[in-house]
This record gives sequence, C-alpha cells and structure tokens, in this order.
Amino acid sequence: MNAADVRTPTVGTVAEVSRPRLLSLWETSPGLKGFFSTVDHKQIGIRYIVTAFVFLILGGIEALVMRLQLIGPDRTLLTPDQYDQLFSTHGMTMIFLYASPILSGFSNYLWPLLLGSRDMAFPRLNALSYWIYLAAGIFLYVGFLTGNGPNDGWFNYVPYASRDYNPGLNEDFYSLGMVFLGLSVTVGAANFIVTALRTRAPGMSINRMPILVWGTLTASAANLLVVPAVSLAFFLLWMDRQFGTHFFDASNGGQPLLWQHLFWIFGHPWVYAIVLPAMGMASDALPVFCRRPLVGYSLVALSTVATMILGFGVWVHHMFATGLPSLGLSFFSGASIAITVPSAVAVFAWLATLRLGRPVITTAFLFFASMIVLFVIGGVSGFMTASVPVDWQLTDTYFVVAHLHYVLIGINVFPVVGAVYFWFPKMTGRLMDERLGRWNFWTMFIGFNLAFLPMHLTGLLGMPRRVYTYADGMGWDTLNLITSIGSFVLAIGVLLLIINVLRSLKRGAVAGDNPWDAPTLEWSVSSPPPPYNFAVIPTIASRHPLWEDRLQESEARSSLNCGLQLQTAKETIGTTALDAVPDMILEMPEDSFAPLCVAIGLSVTFAGLLLKGWSAVWIGALIVALSILSWLWPRRQLREREPAPASESAHG
Amino acid sequence: MVESAIATPRDLPVGPTGRKGLGSWGVATLIASEAALFSYLLFSYYYDGVVTPRGWLLEPSPSLKLALPNTILLLLSSAVAWWGERGILTRRRNQALWGFGIAFLMGALFALVQWFEWHAKPYHFGASNYASLYFITTGFHMAHVLVGLLVLAALFLWTVLDYFSPRRRLTVTAGVFYWHFVDVVWLFVFTTYYITPYLGFGR
Amino acid sequence: MSATPLAYLSSAGTRADITLPLTWLTLIISIIVCLVVAWVLWQAMRRASARGGAQATRSIPVERGSNGVRWIRIGLWLSAAPLLLTLVWTMVALAKVAAPFARPALTLDVTGHQWWWEAVYHGDGPSQTFHTANEIHIPVGVPVQVRLHGADVIHSFWVPKLSGKTDTIPGQTNISWLEARLPGRYQGQCTEYCGLQHARMAFEVVAQSADDFERWRQHQLEPAPAPSSAEQQRGMDLVVYRCGLCHSVRGTPAGALYAPDLTHLMSRRLIAAGVLVNNPGNLSGWIEHPQGIKPGSLMPDQFLSGPQLSDVRAYLETLQ
Ligand code: HEA
Ligand code: HEA
Ligand code: CUA
Ligand SMILES: [Cu+2]
Repeated sequence: MNAADVRTPTVGTVAEVSRPRLLSLWETSPGLKGFFSTVDHKQIGIRYIVTAFVFLILGGIEALVMRLQLIGPDRTLLTPDQYDQLFSTHGMTMIFLYASPILSGFSNYLWPLLLGSRDMAFPRLNALSYWIYLAAGIFLYVGFLTGNGPNDGWFNYVPYASRDYNPGLNEDFYSLGMVFLGLSVTVGAANFIVTALRTRAPGMSINRMPILVWGTLTASAANLLVVPAVSLAFFLLWMDRQFGTHFFDASNGGQPLLWQHLFWIFGHPWVYAIVLPAMGMASDALPVFCRRPLVGYSLVALSTVATMILGFGVWVHHMFATGLPSLGLSFFSGASIAITVPSAVAVFAWLATLRLGRPVITTAFLFFASMIVLFVIGGVSGFMTASVPVDWQLTDTYFVVAHLHYVLIGINVFPVVGAVYFWFPKMTGRLMDERLGRWNFWTMFIGFNLAFLPMHLTGLLGMPRRVYTYADGMGWDTLNLITSIGSFVLAIGVLLLIINVLRSLKRGAVAGDNPWDAPTLEWSVSSPPPPYNFAVIPTIASRHPLWEDRLQESEARSSLNCGLQLQTAKETIGTTALDAVPDMILEMPEDSFAPLCVAIGLSVTFAGLLLKGWSAVWIGALIVALSILSWLWPRRQLREREPAPASESAHG
Repeated sequence: MVESAIATPRDLPVGPTGRKGLGSWGVATLIASEAALFSYLLFSYYYDGVVTPRGWLLEPSPSLKLALPNTILLLLSSAVAWWGERGILTRRRNQALWGFGIAFLMGALFALVQWFEWHAKPYHFGASNYASLYFITTGFHMAHVLVGLLVLAALFLWTVLDYFSPRRRLTVTAGVFYWHFVDVVWLFVFTTYYITPYLGFGR
Repeated sequence: MSATPLAYLSSAGTRADITLPLTWLTLIISIIVCLVVAWVLWQAMRRASARGGAQATRSIPVERGSNGVRWIRIGLWLSAAPLLLTLVWTMVALAKVAAPFARPALTLDVTGHQWWWEAVYHGDGPSQTFHTANEIHIPVGVPVQVRLHGADVIHSFWVPKLSGKTDTIPGQTNISWLEARLPGRYQGQCTEYCGLQHARMAFEVVAQSADDFERWRQHQLEPAPAPSSAEQQRGMDLVVYRCGLCHSVRGTPAGALYAPDLTHLMSRRLIAAGVLVNNPGNLSGWIEHPQGIKPGSLMPDQFLSGPQLSDVRAYLETLQ
C-alpha cells in the first residue's frame, strides 16, 4: 500500500511557526480571483448574512409602503395591482430570501468553528449554494423591478396563478425563480447534514453538539425532503402555464387542491426550518448570559427533532376551510395542538435557565430573552388557529397575519439580531456599542409590539388579509393607524442596528478571543478566526469545552491547544457520526471557479426558460454540465484517483 | 489533576478509500432528495386518482408490450453496471469498461424505447391531468436516465484513463449507486402507471 | 348594523354561536399563558446580577447551578390540562358545526365569481328557479344549506356573525350551512385572495321571517316589467344590447350569466358586490366608470352619452 493512503496524523501543540504554513494552505487568494472562487465557509457565511439583510431591508421597505396604503381607509397611494405585487413580494422576500438564508449564513459561518473543524464537508457545494441563492434572488427581483413580481401571495394558489387569470410574466418569474432557489436550499441542506454528521472534532459525540447544530441539522434534514415538493409544484405550474398541461386547472380534471397539498407539505416544515436554527442560537447564547449551562439540554435537543417530526403531519391546518372531510380535519387539528408540546419544552427550558441562572442584561441578552415572550404570543395564536372551528373564523384575517409576524419576527428576526450582537465580535474582532444597542432593542421591541399586538384585534374585528384597501366604518381605522406607526418605529429600530454595525466595524472596542466568556469552541480561537480556524484540531470532552474547570462536569478535559496538526496539506479530520471517533483524514478542495460557473450556467438556463429562448437554455445547460464535469473530475490532490505520485507521500 | 483527553488516532485513511468517504454521504443525501421528488410525483398520481371520478385513466389497461421488456432491460443494465464496478474492485479494467459501456448502451436503448412508448400512447400530454402526470413523471425519470448516462459515460472515460483502483474508487461506487437509484425509481413509476390499473386503481 | 360588521366576537347564528365560546376559551388560555410567561421572564430579569456589555458578563462567574429539569416537567403538566380541554372541546364543536341538527329547510347554490357572488334559488321546476347576486335572503331560525361553487378562481364564503369560512373551489362543491338566530342583515366577505378586487367582494345575508322570505321569493320569481315610457324603452334597448352581453334581465332577451342578474336590481340594498349603496347617483357612477370604483373589475367602462345614461338609469329603476 502506498504511504499516502494511510497516515498517523501528528499530535502537537499550537506552534506559531506552523501558522504561516497553514495560512498559505487555507487563505483565499486576494483580489477578484479570490472573491469569485473562495470556498472559505466564513466568507460565504458573511456573504449570506449580508445578502439576506439586504433582502430584509427590501422586504421591509415593501412592508412600509403597504403600511402607508393601509394607514387609513380608502387610501389610493397604490393601485390594487401594485399592492398585490408588494404583499406577495414582501412575503416571498421575507420567507425565502431573508428568513432562511440568514440562518444558513450564521450556520455557515459558525458551524465549523462550533464543531472544531476547518471547513464545511463540501466547501465548493457551499459556494455553489450561495451563488445560486444570489442568482435566484436577483432573478426574482428582476421580475419585481420590471413590474412582473409575484402577485398571488407567497403561497400562490392556483387557479389564480394560472395563465387564464394571470397572463403576465409575473408567475413565470416566481415559478422559475422558486425552482432555481430550491436548488440552493437543497445542496445547502445536504452540506449541513454531512458536515454535522462527519466533521465534528474528535470527542464531540452527538450529545455534545451545540443546540444550534441540532436546529440547523433538523431543519436541513427537513428541507432535503420537503423542498422537492414545492419545486415540483412550481414546475408543474409553469408547465400548466406555458405548455398546456392540466395539473391544476379544474376544467380538464386538474386539481386546485393538489397545489395546496404540495405547497403546504413543504410549507409547514419550512416554517419550522426557518426558526429552529434561530431557537438554537438562543439556546446556545442565553446560557452564556445566565452564567450557567442550559437547563434540559437533552430535552431541548429532542424537542427540536420532535417539532420537525410532528411538523410533517400538520400541513392541512392551512387548508381547514377547503371543504375536506371533518375526520381528516380533526386529525390535523389534534396534531397541531400536540405540536405545542415540544415548543413548550424549549420555552420552559429557557425560562428555567433564566430563573436558575444569574442573568446579565446585555443587548444580545435582551433580544434573546424577549424572543421567549414573543414566541409564546405567536405560539398561542397558532394554538388558537389549530382548533378547526375557531380557525374557520380566524383564517385569512389579520389574526393570522399577526400570528405569522410574531413567530417570524419574534423567533427569527429578534434572535438573529441578538446573534449579530453576540457573534459580531467573533466575526470582526470588535464589540458592538451597548448604549446604541439598548436604543436599538427598545425601539425594535416597542415598535414591533405596537405594530403587531393590536393586529390580533384587527383580525378579531374581521379584517381580511390581502386587501389593498378597506372601507371606513368597519372599526379598523384606529388599529391600522397604530400598526402603521408601529411599523415605522420598528423600521427605525432596524436602522439603528445598521448604524451600530457600521459604526462598530471601525470604532468598536477590541473584543479579544472570548469577550463573553462563553463555553463553546468558536470562542477558543482568535477574533476574527484565521482562515484555517484551528491550528490544531481540538479534542472535546464535554458540552462546554471552555467552562470545564468551573463546571466540573466530567473527569476529562477537552484539549484545545494540543491536537491533530494536519498541516502538511489542506486537511481536516473526519469522524464517525455518533461518537465522533476519528476515522479518516479529509482532503479539502482548493478554491474553485466551478461553483460560480454552475450558477452562471443555471442563470442562463433559467433566463432562457423564462423567455423561451431555447438556445440559451441549451447553452446554459452545457455550461452547467461542463462545470460539473470539471468539478467532479477525480483529482489526485483529493485522493480521488490512483496512483498517487511519489512526491506526495514524502511528507506526512 | 484531571487529565485532558487527546485523540491520537493511528493509521487513518487519507481521503476517500473504498466506499468510505464524504462523497458517498453526499450522494446519499442527493438521492434522498430525489427520492422525495419522485414520491411527490407519485403522491400526485394517487391523489388525483382518488379524488377524480371514474374514467380518469385514459388507458384503463395500459399496454405492457414495450414497457415490460423495457423495464427488464433497465434492471439488467443495473446488474451490468454492478458487474462493471466489480471490475474496478478486482482490478480487471476490461471488465469495468465492458460493464460501464454495456450499461450505457442498455440505458440508451431504454431511453429510445421509452421514446417510442411515448409516441405509441393514444393521447398527448395536454389531453387531461392523467396524461399530463404520465408524461411529466416518465419525463422526470427520463431526465434522470440522461444524467445517469452522462455519469456512466464519465466513468467509462475515467476508467479508460485508468484513474481508479480498488482503494480509490468512490466516484465509481457513487456513480453506479446513482444508476441503481434511477432503475429502482423506475420500478415505482412502472408499478404505479402500468400495474396498479390492473389491480383496479383509478378505473 | 353594528360598527364592526365583520367582527366575530359577537354572533347571531348557530354555527357562530357554537364556535364563539371555544374562541373565548382558547383566547383566555392564550392570554393567561402569555401573562404567566411574561411574569416569569420579568421576575428573572429583575433579579439580574449585572447590566452592561461584555465586561459585565465576564464579571459574573459561571456556575453549574441546579439541574432544573423539574421546571420543564412542571410546565408541561400545567400546559397539559388546557391543551386537552381544548382538544376535546374542538372535536365536540367540530362535530356540531359540521352539519345542521335538522334537515335544511332550503338549499341554495352560491358561486364565487371574480368579484361578485351569484346565488341560485331552486323551486319545483325551472319556472320556480331564479338567480340573484350579492344579496342572499334566508328564512330566520331554520338551517339553510349552501352549496358552494367556484366559477373561476378560489374564493371563500364568510358571514362572520353566522358562520365560519368555506372556500369556493372550481371543480368541487363544498357544503356550508347557515342558520340565523335573529332577523337582520349580516355582512359577508370573500376571504380567499382572488385577485385585484378581492378587497371588494362583499355581500349581505338577509335573514327574515318565513313570510317575508316567501314574499321576497315570489317577487324575485317575477320577470322584469315591460318599459312604460319611451325613455325606459330606449334604456331597455341599450341594456339588452350592451349590458346583455354579460348580464341577464329575465323577461328580456338579455340572458347572459357572466355577471350579476339584474332582474330585480333595485330590490338590493348595495351594488358592486357590497361596495356602494344602491342609489341613483351611485348607480350611474358605477355604470359610467366601474374601473374608477373597482379598478380591474371585469365590467368595462361604458362610455355612454349623457342622455343614454339617463335612459339606462330610467329603465334600471323599474327593475324593482
Ligand atoms: C415561523 C414559524 C412558525 C411557527 C414556529 C409557527 C408555529 C405554529 N403555528 Fe403557524 N404559521 C406560520 C409560521 C409559524 N407558525 C406562518 C408563516 C403562517 C401563515 C402562512 C400564511 O397563511 O401566510 C402560519 C399559519 C398557521 C396556521 C394556519 C392559519 C390559517 O391560515 O388559518 C395554523 C393553524 O393551525 C398555525 C398553527 C401553528 C401552531 C399550532 C404552531 C405551534 O408550533 C406553536 C407552539 C408554541 C406555543 C404554543 C408556545 C409555547 C408553549 C407554551 C408556553 C405552553 C403552553 C401553551 C398552551 C397551553 C397553549 N400556523
Ligand atoms: C420574516 C418574515 C417577515 C418579516 C420580517 C415581516 C416584516 C413586516 N411585515 Fe410582513 N409578512 C410576511 C413575513 C414577514 N413580514 C409574510 C410571510 C406575509 C404574508 C404574505 C402573503 O400574504 O402572501 C406578510 C404579510 C404582511 C402584511 C399583510 C399584507 C396583506 O395581507 O395584505 C403586512 C401588513 O401590515 C405586513 C407588514 C409587515 C411589517 C410592517 C413588517 C416590518 O417588520 C418591517 C420593518 C421594516 C424593515 C425591516 C425595513 C427597515 C428599513 C430601513 C430601516 C430602511 C433603511 C434603508 C437603507 C439602509 C437604505 N406583512
Ligand atoms: Cu373572491 Cu377574494
Ligand atoms: Cu403551519
């Protein structure tokens, strides 16, 4: 056997002399070349975060314009068509281009650091999922900016989305854009799953993973299985619109409800997928500020998974009013009531952590802690709609709009902002301003509740959702005015966040490696971390490697300064799925243009499909095929082929 | 004094060896997702079949004349691809080349026959929701066959270039696994569209 | 009419009556849960050991603390009772609202169109059947079955004071039922997004005594009266020739069913699917320029000259 096939990795301490060597192996080359070819998870993570924030602002501005239209009865700022495109684009942007990618961004950035690894399992796939996300986002927004934005709400019911009732390009942009975006989510999910299961540091058995990892892992497993449903639905819709198939139109035997089933089989697991990682971030960060471990780690991890498993079986609660038989409805109603239980576990675990810990009130803490109550408000309104007869009254009113904003803003936006405050020092080396942070928090908190708490009442007073205007004399005027004012206060809060980020980038206090004295691995490396993350691969002996001396949880201690060196090539360690026993040395790929080329090829293809330029479709497909071929071409450096040349086996 | 736990693994394989390696995990996730895609297609079929009144099937007794032999052909091609993979494992390069080459040809023949099968159908895809589903499902499968053919062609090429050995062959295993998947999926599609009508579904 | 015509925290019909207590139950449970959680959170924050930023955080030592899983258990036990109660109550209420106790006294067909409602009342034989639009009359105190159809896209039929929502879906017939406890006018609204004028797709349900209802029915069965002046005659010609492409007026050649039946237009309180009060000014305004009132409406602007408009109006006003 060749010496390059099997090796005993050297074990040693972190040596300053080895850093330049690691740097030369892992650093992205400067300039545009590096920019377009990097596979560094940290850079990709930050790109995800920044891009998603841009979409949050775009979606937020759309919302603000809507709120101006709804500020009083019978306003004519917007035409019905403009309003319809705005609310649909707002929903699409927030759900697909902000809420999910922002969490992918944090997970991308943090995972290898949390797991004690040097990169994601498939770094090039990681780059690909970002480029596709960007391209699909641009694709969808080209539609919106040319007046062809989606105009049938984010869940896009047929037959209104079919060509008979919706002849423009709007729905073609949306359908194709969603199929396009689905590719990004799918490859991203695959990457997260393999990363979590195969690249954890030695000793980080599955019951020592941070909850964020559980959250994103669960979300990714779900995405892998449900995204095809929505991609398929949108593809079939596009076929119906452009090629005269009859999947959905009733006049030829098509089933409008088939759309709803396919959409919500995807949709409900998806709404959990866009909060579980955020709940995970809270579960990891709250204990830091409570100065104690999370209460009920195993229960919280279990409840994360349980939420998702139950989450596969509740989709019909979005279809209670479609005339399905009562027996079926009662099953889904029961399941939707039952699904509160795992959420309750997480809520009580957080409360107990706060109660039994010694809370330190910082801005990040405020965002995470307020999330608890916002989640409960959003959760109980979901509990109300879970009861079928009640939902027959509540559905499609502003009550549901209030529900979805409490859950989405409450357990996505708030923890995400908390995460910005919490991990900003790690990402940039500087702390964010706490004083401005307090202003930031209180404006967002007050603005949000001002806008959306009264909205429950608007719903109970019967205001239907998705109306471009309303008559006066319905009892909704004052409430809508308050909501509009609250929205602007909330927007100012977001603005303060942006200001704080920009200011702190330059002027923030220097953070040091572990400003919060937090327990997990990312805080054991410098801020910002070096391109290779860990100079030696640590060995983990507990859930809180940096708190071990104080918690005295385990006999053994994690070893952070002494470990596997792996400095002769771009390498990291592969470990077994459950116990994280090292079982192979992973050769990591160099930077590559292939992901970008695939994304460009796909963009050409999708643009061709949209405009029916078949030559463009084929050219794009060819670019994609060739890029993938070159990508997968077995490489010596990655040990994908024989024979390994003698020179490589020399060191090691 | 507490001791610190340092992992000191010995003799670790470097890079993918045999069928161990991240690549097989990656392909497994890809296949899970693809399997989900097909299950939604089949779900659509059964859903429509259940909620639509009688007379939904445009061909209450689908002709098996082409479909059945073609199914057998595809399954055999899977076996041949497996035999080709054995060739890599046993360092018999010619066996591998024959295996991948013949599997490729059989797959291509399957595609060709399927093409005729489509033309032999008495309806076209715009005839009804049944027709649309039939063509989209078999069409999706065909797309996967085409990708599979590309994969087999690449494996053939790489074997010609003598890239693989029993140790360094994850690409082969993953590619052949994909081909098995394409064939297994066809079994489900075939059963759904050609067999269940005889069992009474949707008649 | 109350100031909040679509609010469902008050009810006037059997199905809404059954649902309302359950709504209150879940609402009160929800409020209590929120208050308890907020209180616990508040207590924990009040005991905060430090405030500030990173430095303050570091200043508090880390401790293992007590295990605390007990609190999760307690919380779950406390939640179990309201959850179970809600579950059981939901099933009972669902069974009750799903179908009426008595045989429906009347069955009518309601179809959702972009952006108006068609109602068909059946009698014995075609001569006893008539179409009307946007104003649904029912006898009070008895269950009325409503068969719901979708003409184009999905709409949803909702009369909050009487009953929850049921969608109208093309290609399928959904069954709903109404039973008004008190006579009165109840506002209804389309609540499934259906395009540009989804916002203005309202209707009214008029619950009246059996006698009044029967009188109304008999009246609706009558065809339109013949014009009795030259002006009305000219108006009728215009209505037949132009409006008749989409509307019908029984007793005249205008017989299209794409748009609301106008035979007894003037008997309805509102026009344009609940948007305007039916008075001469609004009526002319609507006929002239529906696109100004409901942009995107399928009724095109009519571009009638002044005299033509007054002829048309004169004729329409005879359609009592
Ligand atoms: C962001 C994620 C998210 C989350 C986490 C949830 C959580 C829940 N949702 Fe929500 N939901 C959405 C996003 C989300 N939802 C969106 C986006 C829509 C609208 C889509 C659209 O139409 O546009 C929607 C719509 C929606 C509907 C359809 C309404 C309608 O259209 O008519 C229903 C119906 O059952 C529902 C139910 C629930 C339930 C039961 C939960 C539960 O998981 C909540 C559980 C949590 C708690 C209950 C709080 C904690 C528990 C305790 C403290 C214990 C004590 C509690 C009790 C005793 C009650 N949701
Ligand atoms: C994560 C998801 C998310 C988020 C964050 C939001 C945020 C907001 N949403 Fe939205 N919303 C949805 C998801 C979300 N929404 C969904 C899924 C729907 C359903 C769509 C459908 O029916 O199909 C919906 C629908 C919806 C409606 C109902 C429309 C209708 O039915 O007719 C309304 C109405 O008020 C609304 C309002 C708002 C407001 C005021 C905000 C505010 O939070 C916005 C706050 C503002 C900002 C975040 C912008 C800040 C900008 C600046 C500070 C400017 C800075 C400028 C520069 C730097 C240049 N949303
Ligand atoms: Cu009809 Cu909304
Ligand atoms: Cu849901």
